[in-house]
Amino acid sequence: MRPNGSIATASPTKSVSANISNNAKGRPNGRPLFASGRRLRAVPFITVLALLVPVAAGLWGTVMPAFGHLPAAGHVGMSLIAWEALFDWPGLGRAVWLSVSVGVISTLVALLLVILIVAGWHGTRSFQWLERLLSPLLSVPHAAAAFGLAFLVAPSGWLSRLMSPWATGWTRPPDLLIVQDPWGATLMAGMIAKEMPFLLLMTLAALSQVHHVEYARVTRALGYGRIKGWLIAVFPAVYAQIRLPVYVVLAYGMSVVDVAVILGPNTPPTLSVQIVRWMSDPDLMLRMQAAAGALLQLGLVGAALGAWRVAEWAVAKWGQAWATSGGRLRRDWPLRVVGQFAAVACSAAVLAGLAGLAVWSFAGRWRFPEAWPQTIKFSSWMRHGPEAIEVAGVTLFIAAVAVLIALVLVIGCLEAEHREGRPMNPAALWVLYLPLIVPQVAFLPGLQGLLLWLGWDKGLWPVIAAHLVFVLPYVFLAFADPFRAWDTRQATVAASLGASPNGVLWRVRMPMLLAPLLTAAAVGIAVSVGQYLPTLLVGGGRVSTLATEAVALAAGGDRRAIGVWGLAQTGAALLPFALALALPAMIYARRRGMRGG
Amino acid sequence: MKHLLGVTAALALTSPAFADPDPTNWDAVTAEARGQTVYWNAWGGSTTTNDFIAWIGDKVQADYGVTLEHVKLTDTADAVSRVLAEQAANQDTDGAVDMIWINGANFASMKQAGLLFGPFAEDLPNWSLVDVDGKTVQTDFTVPTEGYESPWAMAQVVFIHDTETLPEPPKSAEALLAWAAANPGRFTFPQPPDFLGTTFLKQMLIELVDDASVLQSPAGDDFDAVTAPMWAFLEELTPHLWRQGRAYPQTGPRQLQLINDGETDLAISFSPGEASAAIANDQLPETVRTYVLDGGTLGNASFVAIPYNSGSKAGAMVVANTLLSAEAQLRAQDPNILGYGTVLDMDKLTPAQADAFEALDLGIATLSPAELGQVLAEPHPSWMTKIEAEWIDRYGVAN
Repeated sequence: MRPNGSIATASPTKSVSANISNNAKGRPNGRPLFASGRRLRAVPFITVLALLVPVAAGLWGTVMPAFGHLPAAGHVGMSLIAWEALFDWPGLGRAVWLSVSVGVISTLVALLLVILIVAGWHGTRSFQWLERLLSPLLSVPHAAAAFGLAFLVAPSGWLSRLMSPWATGWTRPPDLLIVQDPWGATLMAGMIAKEMPFLLLMTLAALSQVHHVEYARVTRALGYGRIKGWLIAVFPAVYAQIRLPVYVVLAYGMSVVDVAVILGPNTPPTLSVQIVRWMSDPDLMLRMQAAAGALLQLGLVGAALGAWRVAEWAVAKWGQAWATSGGRLRRDWPLRVVGQFAAVACSAAVLAGLAGLAVWSFAGRWRFPEAWPQTIKFSSWMRHGPEAIEVAGVTLFIAAVAVLIALVLVIGCLEAEHREGRPMNPAALWVLYLPLIVPQVAFLPGLQGLLLWLGWDKGLWPVIAAHLVFVLPYVFLAFADPFRAWDTRQATVAASLGASPNGVLWRVRMPMLLAPLLTAAAVGIAVSVGQYLPTLLVGGGRVSTLATEAVALAAGGDRRAIGVWGLAQTGAALLPFALALALPAMIYARRRGMRGG
Repeated sequence: MKHLLGVTAALALTSPAFADPDPTNWDAVTAEARGQTVYWNAWGGSTTTNDFIAWIGDKVQADYGVTLEHVKLTDTADAVSRVLAEQAANQDTDGAVDMIWINGANFASMKQAGLLFGPFAEDLPNWSLVDVDGKTVQTDFTVPTEGYESPWAMAQVVFIHDTETLPEPPKSAEALLAWAAANPGRFTFPQPPDFLGTTFLKQMLIELVDDASVLQSPAGDDFDAVTAPMWAFLEELTPHLWRQGRAYPQTGPRQLQLINDGETDLAISFSPGEASAAIANDQLPETVRTYVLDGGTLGNASFVAIPYNSGSKAGAMVVANTLLSAEAQLRAQDPNILGYGTVLDMDKLTPAQADAFEALDLGIATLSPAELGQVLAEPHPSWMTKIEAEWIDRYGVAN
């Protein structure tokens, strides 16, 4: 799954010359980690392997059956039967259209709203308030947010109950197709509400690299309205930095599974949901069809990204003309209001949905059109609580191990970059984003087949390795900026006092970066807690996490159980963030200078 | 690639060949079972079923030292495909699945492909209590079980209705159509391939077909002709369904939520006690009752089967046997717990056990065996498979 965690906004940049301590042969001081320069230099290589090997192996495991090679189903060698079967499926056109339209429209709307919010409000007091409102949404797992939203907007849902019958006259819910509508509108709304906070935080991180305050002052002096001024002066520089996150949102929106299962249509479903259904059919022939579908999904994402890139050029061209057109767009308050309204609506929808889950988890009898349960009971918590705690333990264990490995690799990469004084290769950034852009359904089924064939399909380790593929990029993105922004003159001071490079890293830099380090860890845990498909496919059904349990229960439609499990999942994702905020303050309670992070 | 092959070959050579336990030597089975972990792959969408399985887990742990892990499936086919994939990868020992809640087409395909361990069911000690003559526990959708799966619950189709909004429910296909036309949007069924949705189609087919006996043999060239009346019926019914048939509930329990939400008035269920259990759990209003159609309704048994490559076959047999114990069956039939019909023969139980079943309050919405009436035999699984595929082509991708 894609982002659940906040990407830490970078602290104000100082232009960092990472060139100061480049004597990589530090004195061996008995620390096991990165004790020798050679081992440190291997870390970026291992990191690239950890990201690339699962994706490449999984894609290979998808290509083979897609082109007719699946010995288990009695097909050997090259053929196009899988593609013929895929194109014979009558729902294909519709499913493809759904995937494309949901991905493109939700990304476009989320991006536009972020622009309206940042352009229209950045630097104002309302903006701080909006930011505070949207940030917590990031750590709410997609599945839990989707359940909550489904209950909120259904014709018999909470909004309708609050208005009925006194305002609507409904004693029975109207027969309206809202949730799981064939156009995917509710699915798009859910994706927008979840993706907008992610793009917003990425934008804020990018803003810190741009002299936006000065630009804004200049454009205002020239008489431009807030929005147009920001768009022509700041946005081009910001977009260059959030391009990859936008691609991630687009790719994710086109291929999401868990949210689409809950909010998306079923006659037919989106392509990725259908692929997962084929994957789990006892008829092995359908595996080949699923593999072909997965490659089609990959092609669709590739084509959409290509089209998006072309659109970027077109918008840039048009934007240049617009920028020099002379229009000032001074009266942009309606746009600003739209942005503010959308931000509040997204946040309110997700939070009210979670509140709905909470009420259901304590509900006794509760029928339409009652706005509240007739009785409050603890039976749902008594019933599911003990098991939820047990599963939460497994979930957090997987998350903790994956995050620890990710942190070691990320710190190793950044420290190697620092000591060698070479900034990261731009290609490395693409490697980092690759697992987030290649649709999960395109490589996870292939990976599952490969692990099975190798006999490495049991236990928690394959699941942890699969989670690492998704956790690592987010941990890197969250930690790289604060790490690089650290003032390296402090390293010079420490070195002049006799500290080795390792001593500088572990006794000066890491303690000073404790707060962003913990935030990065919390981001990683939230990402891991949200993973549905990797756990389901790689775990072979034997590994239950809060995500798999919650989505399995969604099929049953028992809202009380979904309430308990959805809240447990949300809690598992939120708690680490709370700790990441609280711990530095506690640890450095008497050392004010260390609390800046 | 060569290296990988070498590694797998080495693994295959070093793994010892396990001898399967002998079901007729029960003492050896229980001895072997101690300490084993059984991964029971069972549909996990119903909290009542999950609780019951957890209770069985506590019991086999206390009595036999067997650890039971419930792998909660969204679809039984997931477990079947897992075993198939393992067979394809030559993983013939200690597979991921030790026991599957199964019946119908999944059983037929697994048995045919030689993916099941057995025969074991009729050697279980508690098999002596099973009502072999009165209940369809030795055939599964016309396919003989031959000891490759062990029954644990009886199911029969009932319809659930809210007496407050629907006091006189329709009791035939014709009446259903007339009522749905007069009350559009108040009825739906789970979306095939969900088994309950397909069951609804079969239930209608049995009533609408000229001669229901053809359904007992495999479907062949006669499929179109035999099923034509059912498709004509659906063509008329679908526009009157909830959301005009443009969306469907994905599972059976989701229908209960719809009734409780006031969205629909009628639902199909394969468990006569489900409505009573749901009322007890606040999931349905107290005004809900169940009924069967005038022409009778479909009935079948739920089974458990053990894959050929399970590493805990002894433990799985202990679980299967425990499911057949009078205590477990009594618990399963209690509507406050699960509300599933028992597979046991009352005459084979001790008087005290039989009295306990007799004394069981089946719940306000549960029909007595007499009221449940005639059980219609399941058609051959091939009908189900074909109907499912045809429905998906006609309605499953219609939007």
